[in-house]
Amino acid sequence: MYEKTVRRRRAVLGVLVALSLILLTVYFGEAPGGRLHSVQRGFLTALSPIQDGASAALKPVRDLFSGIGQTLHARGELAGLRKQNEILRLAVTNDQVVARRGAEALRLLHLDATYQLDRYSPVSADVVGQSPNLFYSTVLIDKGSDSGLGLDDPVVDADGLIGKVTQLTPVVSQVTLITDQSSAVAAYDPQAGVYGIIQAKVGDPQSLVMQDLAANANVGQGDYVVTAGTVSAADPSLFPPGIPIGQVTSMPNGTLTTSVDVRPLANLRELDTVQVLTQHTTGVPSSQAIDALPPAGSEPSAAVQAGAGQTASTQAGG
Amino acid sequence: MASNASVPSPALVARILVLIIVSVIVQSAAVSQFPIFGTPADLSPLVVASVGLLTGSVEGAITGFAVGLFVDLTLVQTLGLSSLVLTVVGYGAGRLRELRDPQGTAVALLAGAAATAFASIGYAVMEFMLGVDAPVSFLLLRQIIVVILVNSIIALPVFAIVRRWLQPSLPDDPRRRRRRAYTTGGLTPLSRA
Repeated sequence: MYEKTVRRRRAVLGVLVALSLILLTVYFGEAPGGRLHSVQRGFLTALSPIQDGASAALKPVRDLFSGIGQTLHARGELAGLRKQNEILRLAVTNDQVVARRGAEALRLLHLDATYQLDRYSPVSADVVGQSPNLFYSTVLIDKGSDSGLGLDDPVVDADGLIGKVTQLTPVVSQVTLITDQSSAVAAYDPQAGVYGIIQAKVGDPQSLVMQDLAANANVGQGDYVVTAGTVSAADPSLFPPGIPIGQVTSMPNGTLTTSVDVRPLANLRELDTVQVLTQHTTGVPSSQAIDALPPAGSEPSAAVQAGAGQTASTQAGG
Repeated sequence: MASNASVPSPALVARILVLIIVSVIVQSAAVSQFPIFGTPADLSPLVVASVGLLTGSVEGAITGFAVGLFVDLTLVQTLGLSSLVLTVVGYGAGRLRELRDPQGTAVALLAGAAATAFASIGYAVMEFMLGVDAPVSFLLLRQIIVVILVNSIIALPVFAIVRRWLQPSLPDDPRRRRRRAYTTGGLTPLSRA
């Protein structure tokens, strides 16, 4: 019985393999119009309606799997695009930072040229910390005594005076801004030809007030105020003369002495690159620095730009 | 019907015939149009191997021949090529059942992977032997590997579906009946004593 089964099994296998080989040989040897090819075409013709029906019936299943595949593909593509977007965003941010720093450096350069700050041995520094509290008017910069900075060195940015160095370490310094309550700067209104003291306005840490003006001072709204420098040898000023501080925003008031509100030219809440003037000199504002100021009443941001333009034209003129 | 004892019942033949037709149509109308990792799954070796594992070498070989013939006719391929390859696949799966009768869950998976590998490589070798101008490239190798992997993934569900379809017509194998009796708490010689 077992032998019979084995013989049957082998016979079936042999027959099937032989049939396959015969089919293969005949099919491969005959012309495209041969008998087996014709059978194949006839079978295909007969089967095509079934295939069409099956294809239509199975379309939802196909679409389902295709949709899953496309969704997975789309998710992969989305992840790739997100990553690419992140890289591009980072690149754009870096470009913006570089551009901003470049513009800031250019403006500082113009400030140096306009107000002849080179003679004060300016040292550039980046602001690395600032109190989020409006009432702490100090910033940290990334330069210290190792870079030649000293206590009470004046600090400017591209728009004008911002403060002085009040704490010093070898690598980091603290700058107290002119809006701090402890700050006082001898100031000069070139349009009115009057001197005063710039201090923080009580109750408004973002504003300044110019005090100790004569009662009859002809200070006008929109006048620019600059550092006065050392007026009296007995009372030397820390700040070089002629550096823009702010713009008068109110009319004088008072009887014996008067004061006016001054808006700082520098945006003290968005400081980026600053310069520390490490060499102190004395004197009064130079005529060139005064001339560099825009007309009274113009936009504050025009102050340095006007000076820069003048410098450029001066340089172009040789 | 035991594959090594008697002729298959008409019901089993009918079910296998339906299975062959349906599997080939599903393959050509749906599965082949859904590529996974760029390559569609190939149901044919899985179905043939499943039939071989469930019914035996003779039925497996016949099923392989029929599926191959149907595939070649439907897809207008070289007639006899798929038949030859799948006949060997079905016979091999059937012999595995007859000689080892493996019962593990992984058997269907491994048998499906082996069947797919044999079918893919055998088909490629046969095509090359017949002088088909196909480049032996990394792409071909990659396609074979991907088909084996994809078929391995779907081998278990395909085997389950085929078994469920053929189960009502499968002969009651004495060895399986004995195994069932032990595993389901049936009487044993010890309990009888």
